[in-house]
Amino acid sequence: MYQNQSVVQRTADSVLSTNKVLRNTYMLLSMTLLFSAVMATVGVTMQVSYGAALVADIVAIAMLWFVLPRTANSATGIPVLFAITGLLGFGLGPVLSYYLAINPSIVMTALGGTGVIFLGLSAYALTTRKDFSFLAGFLMVGMFVILGAALLNIFLGIPALFLTVNAAVILIMSGFILYETSQIIHNGETNYIMATASLFLSLINLFQALLQILGAFSGDD
Amino acid sequence: MDWLKIGSALFLVAMMVLIFPQMRKAVKTAPKGTAKDWQAFLLPVIGVVLFVILLIAMVR
Repeated sequence: MYQNQSVVQRTADSVLSTNKVLRNTYMLLSMTLLFSAVMATVGVTMQVSYGAALVADIVAIAMLWFVLPRTANSATGIPVLFAITGLLGFGLGPVLSYYLAINPSIVMTALGGTGVIFLGLSAYALTTRKDFSFLAGFLMVGMFVILGAALLNIFLGIPALFLTVNAAVILIMSGFILYETSQIIHNGETNYIMATASLFLSLINLFQALLQILGAFSGDD
Repeated sequence: MDWLKIGSALFLVAMMVLIFPQMRKAVKTAPKGTAKDWQAFLLPVIGVVLFVILLIAMVR
């Protein structure tokens, strides 16, 4: 009897802690998305060059790899996360300026589409409570192959490869959303700052890939 | 070749170098999914594919 009570108590504690991580992650994610959108607007208004955007992306990724893991367990992690998401938003400036100039509706469609995909996948992971930890290897290999193909296409410039890479990014980022949400549910990820960073990266990559695909198929590109 | 292409290429190479150890670890340690697990993954992915096709049809 006492043992059963202990198990129930531990399960209840686990559910409460999961809910707390999930709630904090979604709250921080919405704030960072808002901040990133503001920084993207700044990037568009300032008409930043592709070079400046690349520098912003490099600084953001360097902070993500080397600074965030060291600060994620302290209050310093939050300003670091805002700096990263702000820089990544700012880095979207030239791409957004380009599509806003040729067809603004593509940007709105990509934005809405990203939102629907994220909400749909999150709802699926949350309602089924399926453990997607088996996806880790597949997603990392997929990401590695995508980076290799993107690298190759910088020199080859094949439009079909460009579209294939963007389509693959959409699929892999969808997988990452399912994986990360299930990690939070099953206590695989207990740090909401790291969880937010991971979901933010999936969202921004998903948005950019969707924007490129819609741009290519709209006939305006 | 302009410096932007070289910068982008170096950035991607750096990303690949950083991801490689994590990828190797994930491949070695991640649990293997059953056919049912993969089905549960493919279902929402097919949904995403159909939704993207719908979005493409909307902008064409």
